[in-house]
Amino acid sequence: MLDACGLESAEALFRHLPGEVRIKRPLALDPGISEYDIVDYFRARAAENATGYASFLGAGVYAHYRPVMVDTVVLRGEFLTSYTPYQAEISQGTLTTIFEFQTMICQLTGMDVANASMYDGSTAVPEAAMMAVRVTGRDRVLVARTVHPEYREVLRTYALHQGMPVDDFEYQSDSGSLDLEDLDRKLDDHTAAVIVQTPNFFGVVENIRSVAEIAHRRGALLIVIFTEAVALGLLAPPADADIVAGELQSFAISPSYGGPYAGVIATKEKFIRQMPGRLVGETRDSRGNRAFCLTLATREQHIRREKATSNICTNQALIALMATVFMSVYGKQGLRELAEQNLAKAHYLSGKLKPRFTGPFFNEFAAVTNGRSPNDINQALLKKKIVGGLPLAGWYPELENSVLLCATEMTRRERMDEVAQAFSPVREQEQVQV
Amino acid sequence: MTYPEELRYTKEHEWVLAEGDVGTVGITWHAQKELGDIVYVDLPKPGTRVEQGKSLGSVESVKAVSDIYSPVSGEVIETNETLSQSPEKLNEDPHGAAWLVKIRMSAPDEMKGLLAAAAYQTYVGAET
Repeated sequence: MLDACGLESAEALFRHLPGEVRIKRPLALDPGISEYDIVDYFRARAAENATGYASFLGAGVYAHYRPVMVDTVVLRGEFLTSYTPYQAEISQGTLTTIFEFQTMICQLTGMDVANASMYDGSTAVPEAAMMAVRVTGRDRVLVARTVHPEYREVLRTYALHQGMPVDDFEYQSDSGSLDLEDLDRKLDDHTAAVIVQTPNFFGVVENIRSVAEIAHRRGALLIVIFTEAVALGLLAPPADADIVAGELQSFAISPSYGGPYAGVIATKEKFIRQMPGRLVGETRDSRGNRAFCLTLATREQHIRREKATSNICTNQALIALMATVFMSVYGKQGLRELAEQNLAKAHYLSGKLKPRFTGPFFNEFAAVTNGRSPNDINQALLKKKIVGGLPLAGWYPELENSVLLCATEMTRRERMDEVAQAFSPVREQEQVQV
Repeated sequence: MTYPEELRYTKEHEWVLAEGDVGTVGITWHAQKELGDIVYVDLPKPGTRVEQGKSLGSVESVKAVSDIYSPVSGEVIETNETLSQSPEKLNEDPHGAAWLVKIRMSAPDEMKGLLAAAAYQTYVGAET
């Protein structure tokens, strides 16, 4: 075979690869072993990966159960292998699932129209902000410090070359919710949008109606962000918002080291022509049957060129489909029960700790550490196969010794008790003496 | 198609009717015919300042979106609200009921550089 390729050795096949990426020793495998033995060997190596850990991390990515139905559907070849349908209307199956996705997102958010999905929650935020700039003809946005810090970084990256000033406003140090007085002070007639998140980065549920009133009084739009979609199963839809932008990772999308996820933007019908992203509509075919089509494509880059609403020309079809199947499996009642379990578990945990804020929360909250350093607590927890909460001081220097903890339907009571114990220095000493 | 004598035209297929210092602006019959069924009209808010030759809005049909270039400079004082609910009127009566905006002209002399009906007719060629 090497002769046919005109090569003198197998080594020559790999000569084009840079030396530093090559393994220069023989593989640590016995030569001449069977395929069965090789598979066996790698299964054993895979089993050495750390498993069986309980995680109390939330902060934008949540450990929720993925019903087996999700992969059963999304791994079907018809969905798994197809890209954005260029000849869209021939892919009625794909368009049907996207239409279902949009419909369910509207029901959850209280908006009139939702797009076919965005790359993820963080990129949906600047897209929503730029949409508000187009709608209002203003240029500045005001963003709450309780919006996920990484989302705010992404917003600033987009804003840098958009001529879109981005300013923060504060939270109340006792409740952890929006400081509406600070918002009112910083709002001006150049402000296109006020951006808030609920539940916010500290897990605190915001009063959307009151912030909407303040924003609308000055002619600004209200953009409501969500990172924990499961909360929508229990909380009132943020219907006072003008634009809702969020992350759907909680809906059966595996954490996977940070992606791929799926975001979404939903809005009121009157703003639809300024909305970015693809949109599937319902129509009738030539025989009068219900059918689906891509609609309002004139907003998009392939038609409107530099005047398009966004440079997004696609959606996260497969990942969004996971969310669609998830929403279908749980249904309205199931999602509510799931949200109630999250609420109950997080409140069980908070009852054993000292919450940092007094505001109402859903499934995550900040707890203070009684003087122990958050890192010490997390190191101790790791030994018990527990991944502790997120120390907040990295993003919020004023919140030293505060840890953001999350409990979901997956969190077991015994593990929560262990976390509570690690937070309590007295009990820890007793243990050592025993 | 016979283009009304009282209007002045641009090569970008807008028309303007001057009455005192107010110019009423629309798109031509030729423009609507080329665009096809019009589904949406995006117009500036009253108070917006516009410049001759610069975009003042856009017209969207089932096949394309086209900029509307302002034939004169000035300030938008009124927009045709009926078009937001009934954009198809642009296909029915582009030189009359489906006017787009009224502009208080800051440089009425700009009118002199626009095409008369016969010249525009020649520019777009014979049409049916």
